[in-house]
Amino acid sequence: MNQRTRLSLLVTQTLIISLMIALLGRLFYLQIGAGPKYRDAALSIQSRDIVTPATRGLIVDSSGVPLALNRVGLAVTVDRSILDRQEDKGVAVLKRTSKLLALTYQDVFRRTRLCGELPKSIQTGCWTGTRYQPIPITKDADPTKALQIIERGDLFPGIDAMPLAVRNYPGLAGVNAAHELGYVGPLTESDLAGAYSIGYYRSESIGKAGLELQYDKYLRGKPGIKTVIVDRKESVTSEARNTDPIPGNHLVTSLDVRLQSSTESALADAVARARSMGYRADSGAAIVMDVKTGRILSLASYPTYDPNIWEKGLTVQQAQDLFSDTKGVPALSRALQGLYAPASTFKAVSVVAAASAGYSLSATYSCPASVKVGNIDFQNFESKPQGTLTMKQAIAISCDTIWYKIAYDEWLRDGGLFPKSSAKDHFFTAANSFQMAKRTGIDLPSESLGRVPDREWKNNWFKQNKNYFCNYQTRAAKNELTPFLVALAKENCVDGDKIRGGDAVNFSIGQGDTVITPLKLTQMYAAIANGGTIWQPTVGQAIVGADGKVIREIAPTVLGKLTASKSTISFLHDALRQVVISGTGAGSFSGFPVPVSGKTGTAEVFGLNTNGTKKDNTSWFASFAPSDKPRYAVVMMVSQGGFGASTSAVGVRKIYQTLFGVVGSKVDPTKAIFPSGPPKIIPKISPTTKVKTS
Amino acid sequence: MSSTFFSPRRKDARNSWMRGFDPVITVSVSILLFIGALLVYAATKSWYGSVGLDPQYYLKRHVINIVIGLFLAFGTTVIDYRLLRAYTPIVWGIGVLGLLAVLLPGLGSTVNGAKAWISLPGGFQIQPAELAKISIIIGLSMILSDRAQGRDEPSHQDVAKALAISAIPIALILLQPDMGTVFIISASVVAMVAVSGAPSRWVAGLLIVALLGGFTAVKVGVLSEYQVKRLQSFVDPTADPQSSGYQLRQSRITVGSGGIVGKGLFNGPQTNGRFVPEQQTDFIFTVVGEELGFLGSSFILLLFLTILMRAFAIARKTQDPFGRMVCTGVIAWFAFQIFENIGMTMGLMPMTGVPLPFLSYGGSSMFANMIGIGLLQNIHARQRG
Repeated sequence: MNQRTRLSLLVTQTLIISLMIALLGRLFYLQIGAGPKYRDAALSIQSRDIVTPATRGLIVDSSGVPLALNRVGLAVTVDRSILDRQEDKGVAVLKRTSKLLALTYQDVFRRTRLCGELPKSIQTGCWTGTRYQPIPITKDADPTKALQIIERGDLFPGIDAMPLAVRNYPGLAGVNAAHELGYVGPLTESDLAGAYSIGYYRSESIGKAGLELQYDKYLRGKPGIKTVIVDRKESVTSEARNTDPIPGNHLVTSLDVRLQSSTESALADAVARARSMGYRADSGAAIVMDVKTGRILSLASYPTYDPNIWEKGLTVQQAQDLFSDTKGVPALSRALQGLYAPASTFKAVSVVAAASAGYSLSATYSCPASVKVGNIDFQNFESKPQGTLTMKQAIAISCDTIWYKIAYDEWLRDGGLFPKSSAKDHFFTAANSFQMAKRTGIDLPSESLGRVPDREWKNNWFKQNKNYFCNYQTRAAKNELTPFLVALAKENCVDGDKIRGGDAVNFSIGQGDTVITPLKLTQMYAAIANGGTIWQPTVGQAIVGADGKVIREIAPTVLGKLTASKSTISFLHDALRQVVISGTGAGSFSGFPVPVSGKTGTAEVFGLNTNGTKKDNTSWFASFAPSDKPRYAVVMMVSQGGFGASTSAVGVRKIYQTLFGVVGSKVDPTKAIFPSGPPKIIPKISPTTKVKTS
Repeated sequence: MSSTFFSPRRKDARNSWMRGFDPVITVSVSILLFIGALLVYAATKSWYGSVGLDPQYYLKRHVINIVIGLFLAFGTTVIDYRLLRAYTPIVWGIGVLGLLAVLLPGLGSTVNGAKAWISLPGGFQIQPAELAKISIIIGLSMILSDRAQGRDEPSHQDVAKALAISAIPIALILLQPDMGTVFIISASVVAMVAVSGAPSRWVAGLLIVALLGGFTAVKVGVLSEYQVKRLQSFVDPTADPQSSGYQLRQSRITVGSGGIVGKGLFNGPQTNGRFVPEQQTDFIFTVVGEELGFLGSSFILLLFLTILMRAFAIARKTQDPFGRMVCTGVIAWFAFQIFENIGMTMGLMPMTGVPLPFLSYGGSSMFANMIGIGLLQNIHARQRG
């Protein structure tokens, strides 16, 4: 053996040992390093979960009347894996099925497409689940037609019919409550990937909006899971586990179906009344809150929609209507998502500001036709001079100019355009003591955030918009180049970060950049009514197990206290009562047997409607009653509804009428919704609980 | 590794016919054959059972293959290998004829995209490439050890001749195409040329040619579509989820899910669910990985390493250059085939259809492997020359 042979043998041997070590290393990595990962991967290949959905818990009102329950529907479903294999991708079958079920083909087509398969613009009504589960095209099929489908498998390949639990909103006592209840739907990919994905299964339905979403984890229950081990051909080789479904818990709300229904119709009436007076009245909201707890007793938004449309199978038309401007965007809950200038209802806050600035609430003030701020005349409402008034009278008749004067003087005292570092900002402070720039924290999703245009807000706003205003001529649209707007832009470019005299004056009467939700105003007036406690509004009252046991009581939460003194609050009680006795609310409440305190608001809205007409005023009425022992705060708002008194105050009167059982000019306590206050006892839960008749 | 363990002792055995056997190789191969039979059974038992066929169908055939293999190994051991040398041209010629036959229409049958099998009556198939490996090794050994007087190394002419006679069967296997076997044979040829003591220029040159060849094969498209797919799925296992990528991913998951001790023989859910195709043949190592775990898998690697190291010792000890060449060829063949097969199972190597020696189901491969072992034993028995 020569040297070269010896060396080559050694090299070959070393190479082969290295190869074997490489294999061992790889083996170590696969089986020990990444072993757990591969074990999970193997498990997901071998096992299949068969999910039996749990019965969803009921949603009931405070006396146990069901707002949401479950019903057995007959679903007609489509198996995409079979349809897609057909030559025409199942078009003929779908057309035949739509014809039989009297549905439009377009709707059926869209319902059976995964959202990702459709362009963004036409995704409405698409299937949010996956291709591998049966996709329902209706859950409410006629049994004889469903039978035809099952019997003629040759004509309807991939189409099946099966009984299915359907969420149903029965609308007892004529209640709608679509915005509060929300709806349920199939899980989407993002739901599965989301933070709560643990415990979600593909074929489940989950809450998508409203209470259904907010309390989903209680309502949903736990689906029964049968895990089977399958082989490559998907035939079952063994069963790994089998758990029974655990039904969901019930949600008891503080709503009352009778009050909710009457609030809804009072709001709809108010809208109709405003329209009959020539206003556009595009939308509105009405809320009844228990001022002692913050519990929501009813909450309505206009326009609304049938909450059952999702489960019936949303048509393309319905899906479009929900967000259509011409239909008033019914999907939006105005009560907690709409933002409006509070106008004169804000004067309750201004009273607190004036008192803290040292103005006497018992002194007299003049109410001229206009006040000069800088070189601009700020007009009183309808430019009427009202002479000299006490503060109480000024609130009652809603004088604006007295606030212009006080706000302007305070603004000057704080340094005007060159603010002192020690600026008191009484008006902003008062507004923030009402938590106007915070959310109410209601247990419903997607609440909007109001805005108090204080110095900090103004600063941020200026930073974001400076560029736009300084280049207004080139950036603005053509129709925005009016001399007024150009001048305004010029001014904003120079000192847009400053609170100007005009801003301070506007703020004192709840105009300008100030906006809040109707729910926020309700919370504020409830705080005034109860002596200063700011409650977190709640709709949910308790979670009750399927066995009837109370699992969790949702206790009211105090968010804060008003900083106003006792005497200021008691002055407000007097003044707001005076509004209804002799002021702007008197006409609407003449002859009403229950003492009501409140404030009208008529907010100017800038901008134009889509058809080019000028926007009408926002009509407000914020109130509480009974005045001597306040229990309920009631607020109504009608967007573009005209005057606060004629549209909203009349609507609020109707709500009180039901609430207190007013018949003619008398109170019939037996007809009152809550003869002894809203119920505290958690009711027995049954899907058959009837509406109380008084 | 103790050096005495891997260096075969010469001993005077009482049993004359047993005299030649190397006990370490004998025992290691026997253990592998036994485990292999269990694995083939584990891989096919529930599959055949579930469709109502004889669950022992594959086991029985595998045992028959083992028995035939044992006879072949024994036969190869007892015949003096130096006699083979005289018949080398015939052995080589038979190998090439088999490879030609496979390519003839009507004779060869295509499995997994390669025309590598000849169907025989009775459902038997033979794979001439497996047996061609032996032809090439013996042919090459003859030429590279046949020296002119007074020379200690093969001449340039010898090397050129050796390459020429290995090029013909390689080209025929390329036509099937069976890239795994081409890789294994090429690696063996390079190793044999290197060990023959040929000038190192040849070795360096061959390595470069092999690299360039592999590169152009992919670039120019000598590889058929199915091979490119397999190679691509090696690079990106998600590229083709339905076929080769699926196989690679499943095979890796199956091995990985075994963990340290495995799921236990016959208890692998991946194996019993047949998620890895070809798991009784090319992917037999997935059964090892899943059911026997890291411990069982490394034990099998250790057995392979033991056989190879033992074979190296034989190659060093023998006085006969021809025997050394044969030994080197067999070592390289086994080593690269083991690496290619297990490497593919674990995603280290591209997917090619080569079985795992001594474990995979398949007659041709079993016979060739056992003849290879017989050659090693034979050389060991006659190492004094």
